[in-house]
Amino acid sequence: MSVLTEASIDTISKPANDHLHGDLLEISMGPHHPSTHGVFRMNIVLDGERVVKLKPVFGYLHRNHEKIAENETYLGSMPYTDRLDYICSITNNWAYALAVEQLAGISVPERAEYLRVITGELTRLQNHAGLIGFLLQDMGASGTPLMYAFREREKVLDLFEALTGARMMCNYMRFGGCRCDLPDGWMEQARKVVDGFPRFLDEFERLLRTNEILMARTQGVGIVTRQQAIAAGISGPMARASGVNYDLRKVDKYSIYDRFSFRVPLGEHGDVYDRYMMRLLEMRESIEILKQAMRDLPAGPIVDPNTKLRNFRPKAGEAYGRIEAPKGELGFYLISEGGPNPYRYRVRPPSLINLTLLEEMCLGQNVSDIVIILGSVDIVLGEVDR
Amino acid sequence: MDEQLKNELRRQGVVATTLQELYNWGRKSSIWPLNFGLACCAIEMIATTMARYDLARFGAEVFRPSPRQADLMIVAGTVTKKMAPQVVRLYNQMAEPKYVISMGACAISGGPFKQGYNVLKGIDRYIPVDVYIPGCPPRPEALLDAFLMLQRKIDEQQLTGPDRPRHLQAELPSEFTVPECSEHDLTPTRNDAIWQVPLVNISNAGKNESGRD
Repeated sequence: MSVLTEASIDTISKPANDHLHGDLLEISMGPHHPSTHGVFRMNIVLDGERVVKLKPVFGYLHRNHEKIAENETYLGSMPYTDRLDYICSITNNWAYALAVEQLAGISVPERAEYLRVITGELTRLQNHAGLIGFLLQDMGASGTPLMYAFREREKVLDLFEALTGARMMCNYMRFGGCRCDLPDGWMEQARKVVDGFPRFLDEFERLLRTNEILMARTQGVGIVTRQQAIAAGISGPMARASGVNYDLRKVDKYSIYDRFSFRVPLGEHGDVYDRYMMRLLEMRESIEILKQAMRDLPAGPIVDPNTKLRNFRPKAGEAYGRIEAPKGELGFYLISEGGPNPYRYRVRPPSLINLTLLEEMCLGQNVSDIVIILGSVDIVLGEVDR
Repeated sequence: MDEQLKNELRRQGVVATTLQELYNWGRKSSIWPLNFGLACCAIEMIATTMARYDLARFGAEVFRPSPRQADLMIVAGTVTKKMAPQVVRLYNQMAEPKYVISMGACAISGGPFKQGYNVLKGIDRYIPVDVYIPGCPPRPEALLDAFLMLQRKIDEQQLTGPDRPRHLQAELPSEFTVPECSEHDLTPTRNDAIWQVPLVNISNAGKNESGRD
């Protein structure tokens, strides 16, 4: 992996000065660009349409999440984690709750674990649905796929709203459990959404999976090899698209994931098409997990009765809690000195680590491919810049 | 014109209107927003344009990526100090008449991230804002409400007279100072012509009539 340094147009070897090659062109893409998924910026050096250098520029959404959390109580940081990866707030809550539970040695009751799995997998469904919509939008399929995807996403958001009171910023987890129990009729509604979801996936696949333009645009584009993915620490669907069999739900078996039978889809080529298909296949596995979890949901308390939320001071020490978020390994590293707020609070954002291979993926590709390569990485700037 | 007479004429198949009404009706019914998202609120902004909430019902489905073609800037999300110059520059590049909706707590005041060292405490320090929507993030219905509010505002604008809007007064500025990132903060930290420090009369604040807390 090359170290990204200040791009200077002079350091790049110029192509042969014949009539086919002109001067290199340096363009700045973003931070205002409809396809950079937020305020991401890339300084790109082009030879014609071919990318010869690409330097990402971060920090346009640096909201001081970690610094604020160090001056905030443990529970006070929970709503801030919603706004990290703002598309999937519940998995952020989960990773943070897991870290604090490790730090303070809190156990989670059975029912709360099931609720976490159900809401977490619903989050994965709506994240992946949204992502493939955006990816196809970036590819030029204006409107239709994104509208289909958002139609399904809204159904999941309705469930979140009924459960937590908010569509996006759910703030649902608490240390030792969840904030509130299921309202009446929620489960019936959720079953309807989950049972209807494969129909959306079938429709979506029929619409575009073997579309000639889609295959021409995505196959063989933005390849990450298995070795590159491992060396760069890439995780989540992006690593699995490159054939790395690494899913924390299987590796760590955190929460109660060892009770469910599900498969981990793996890609072969590591190109944009594999990453696109990975999301579609993962959604089907999530539906399997959801069906099993909804079937087995036990009765009982939703929060460990021994947990005290007021004057919460975990003993001195450190903990790292990580989960398989929809975008990859999301980890929270906390150091406690025994006070009411953490001494150090660090987020390991999957999108940022997955972005480190962006230049390698884009070199030699056309400038129009940058957009779909970036789209297939699935970044959310709230998490990249924090 | 008398409202009753107008209705009577309409029943006879005659539409009587003024140039101002026609002009404002045309403008308010085809507001093209800038395709510009900053953070979490942008996702709700996208959700508003999708089939369920359907912003197209109000004539605003055409999101333009270029500021030159846009009428409305929806500042959707946290404006950081690194991003603020770009936001103001984009606003300056938009053609008059142009409007701004400040969407969400962050764009209004910095919101939950107000204490952050890199967060701008409200975009109205640099550009004039027409409609504010509170919320974190505001629901799509809230954005639709703000949109209707903006339409009402456009509907009431006078074509002539001293109260006419900025884009009809040549002497008023349509571009605003772009701040620069300096060592500790943006310079200038605010545009005094459009934003003043809200002053509270401390001697009376929080006291009842007897003068005690």
